[in-house]
Amino acid sequence: MTLTHEAPATTAATVESLTLAGAVNHALADALAADPSVVVFGEDVGVLGGVFRVTDGLAARFGEARVFDTPLAESGIVGAAVGMAMNGMRPVVELQFDAFAYPAFEQVVSHVAKMGNRTRGALRMSMVIRIPYGGGIGGVEHHCDSSEAYYAHTPGLTVIAPSTPQDAYSMLRAAIESPDPVVFLEHKKLYWAKGPVDSVRRVGLGRAVVAREGTDATLVAYGASVLTALEAAEVAAAEGRSLQVVDIRSLAPLDDATIEAAVRSTGRAVVIAEAPGSVSVAAELAARIGERCFEYLEAPVRRVTGFDVPFAPPKLERYYLPDVDRILDAVDSLNWDDR
Amino acid sequence: MAHEDSELLPGETPVRFLDQDGRALDETRYPMPPLSELQAAYRALVVARRINEQCSALVRQGRLAVYPSSHGQEACEVAAALPLAERDWLFPTYRDAVAVIGRGVPPAEAMVLLQGDWHSGYDPREHGVAPQATPLATQLLHAAGFAHAAKLRGEDTVVVAMCGDGATSEGDFHEALNLAAVFGLAVVFLVQNNGFAISVPLSRQTAAASLAHKAIGYGMPGVRVDGNDAAALLAVMHAAVDRARAGGGPTLVEAHTYRIQAHTNADDDTRYRDRAEVQEWVARDPLIRLRSYLRVCDALSAAAEDEITAEAEAVAAELRDALQAEHVPDPEDLFRHVYAERTPRLEEQWAMLADELARDAESEHAESEHAEHEEAR
Repeated sequence: MTLTHEAPATTAATVESLTLAGAVNHALADALAADPSVVVFGEDVGVLGGVFRVTDGLAARFGEARVFDTPLAESGIVGAAVGMAMNGMRPVVELQFDAFAYPAFEQVVSHVAKMGNRTRGALRMSMVIRIPYGGGIGGVEHHCDSSEAYYAHTPGLTVIAPSTPQDAYSMLRAAIESPDPVVFLEHKKLYWAKGPVDSVRRVGLGRAVVAREGTDATLVAYGASVLTALEAAEVAAAEGRSLQVVDIRSLAPLDDATIEAAVRSTGRAVVIAEAPGSVSVAAELAARIGERCFEYLEAPVRRVTGFDVPFAPPKLERYYLPDVDRILDAVDSLNWDDR
Repeated sequence: MAHEDSELLPGETPVRFLDQDGRALDETRYPMPPLSELQAAYRALVVARRINEQCSALVRQGRLAVYPSSHGQEACEVAAALPLAERDWLFPTYRDAVAVIGRGVPPAEAMVLLQGDWHSGYDPREHGVAPQATPLATQLLHAAGFAHAAKLRGEDTVVVAMCGDGATSEGDFHEALNLAAVFGLAVVFLVQNNGFAISVPLSRQTAAASLAHKAIGYGMPGVRVDGNDAAALLAVMHAAVDRARAGGGPTLVEAHTYRIQAHTNADDDTRYRDRAEVQEWVARDPLIRLRSYLRVCDALSAAAEDEITAEAEAVAAELRDALQAEHVPDPEDLFRHVYAERTPRLEEQWAMLADELARDAESEHAESEHAEHEEAR
């Protein structure tokens, strides 16, 4: 499977085909090489290269002073990153799994997100918290949460969830360079999907992208759900319905302008996400589309999300996760007869 | 780093140079600080006490929303700041306004949080003081990270991280001490054991022989010191700071002291402790103790005392003046610093509030015109 939002890459020397994990590794390496204040740390990120091998080879290349393992303490990792950012470093920390990030919640919400505001910009938290997240990989409990709403709800944080290797590379570089703290969510199901990566290409934070053009309805998604949406659009196309797919990429801030223009162009919208739908990023998207596009809409905005239950065990996750059929059922319900 | 257990365990009694009446004791574990430093410490203690009294009064006058007083703990506050060089950093808690001012932060700026104008009122970089932390023990990790960054750059910065006895029960206390020890960071953890976490006594925080005993579990030295003896505190803190600066790693210092006031003005401490106990500790006042000693040493003249009193009064006046003035915080500040650059969403929200304010101002203007008109009739 090749994943990209862009036209097929040229043969430029800066382009290579990488997995999303490889793209993140490449971005970390390039950032470490470009800026001596960048440090990478977390659990198993050193010698092992991370449980997903995302930091493979970095400790050997950049030395254990800049890429290192910490004690097994998530609050400690993020709290220490706060202190490092106060003292001029740009830490990029890895929290090993979505649900293992929760011990760091107080540091993230009370300090990472608020320090810049508290000090009127004197101490900006220029740091990135990388979190592998999401299900669909047969993981057991505590390894498959979609925890993005906790972070996206917190003022002061920028929350990014890329779906292609190119966006993973470019947006991580932008995240590391950002003066603000960024929670960088890497969907585990996408780690091994390949796509072209041009290390010269820049993608700013805070911008959504139209991943597939279409005229009848807009599917709004992020992370691994973008793939499911693209598959659904493919099936729909064969059935004669043209679905547009928007990859929002930036969960905070949301790119209202791009989303609004896309939905207005089709007049119908389905929001897709695997997190439980209540009080979620999908809920916020649906509300904003309702507020901003009401007079353009032919039907109520529909949401296809995870159920409001704890993430399913491996043998039940296929019932939990939004799939192509569930998306197409939602599309079918968008008042087509009234046209 | 391997250590002999005996090097890491605290002594059987706290380090103490002066008894309750200011008489010198036979303390051989540390050198007595020079008289000149004790004179400076006494000056700082008097100013500290005056700040505590003034701020409590300003709460009663409604000028401060709240003030967690360090009354009785001033020796710890002074000894936290005095041994630090200008390039060093202090990580204080909400009860450490006096130590913050001791680092050179103007008193008015130190009070911005408690008067409700903003969440912090000073530039941390200008004074080497982190914002006062309210969530317990969280700042200890920041201190460790700060020291780690300094170490990576080969700088010899030392960081003093403050917390109370209650905070030693928090997970972040453990994580911070562990991190600092594992990476050999230049952090001095100063625990002011004042006996209470609001109402909960030390016995409900720990079953350890002392809080300093926890240090051995991390592989760092733990030291117990009389927290009302400024001389002992300075000796211990200097040694810990010197050790950290020389690359010797972190130290845990437990200062035995007592919170003379209630937790804050909003707290009623008669519900959980005896007046007799409070009176016992009032008798161990850190100011009286050092004053007596300096007088016996002929190192504190009446003229010097007058000068110190005048200095303390000047600081109190500065506090009063700053807080008597009416502050009107700018509502747009709510949106200015959330991100380095305002997001379109925040621009929209500020535009909405600005419009509300403009309409309020208009209707107020119309109302006052109407009232004037009525009056004229």
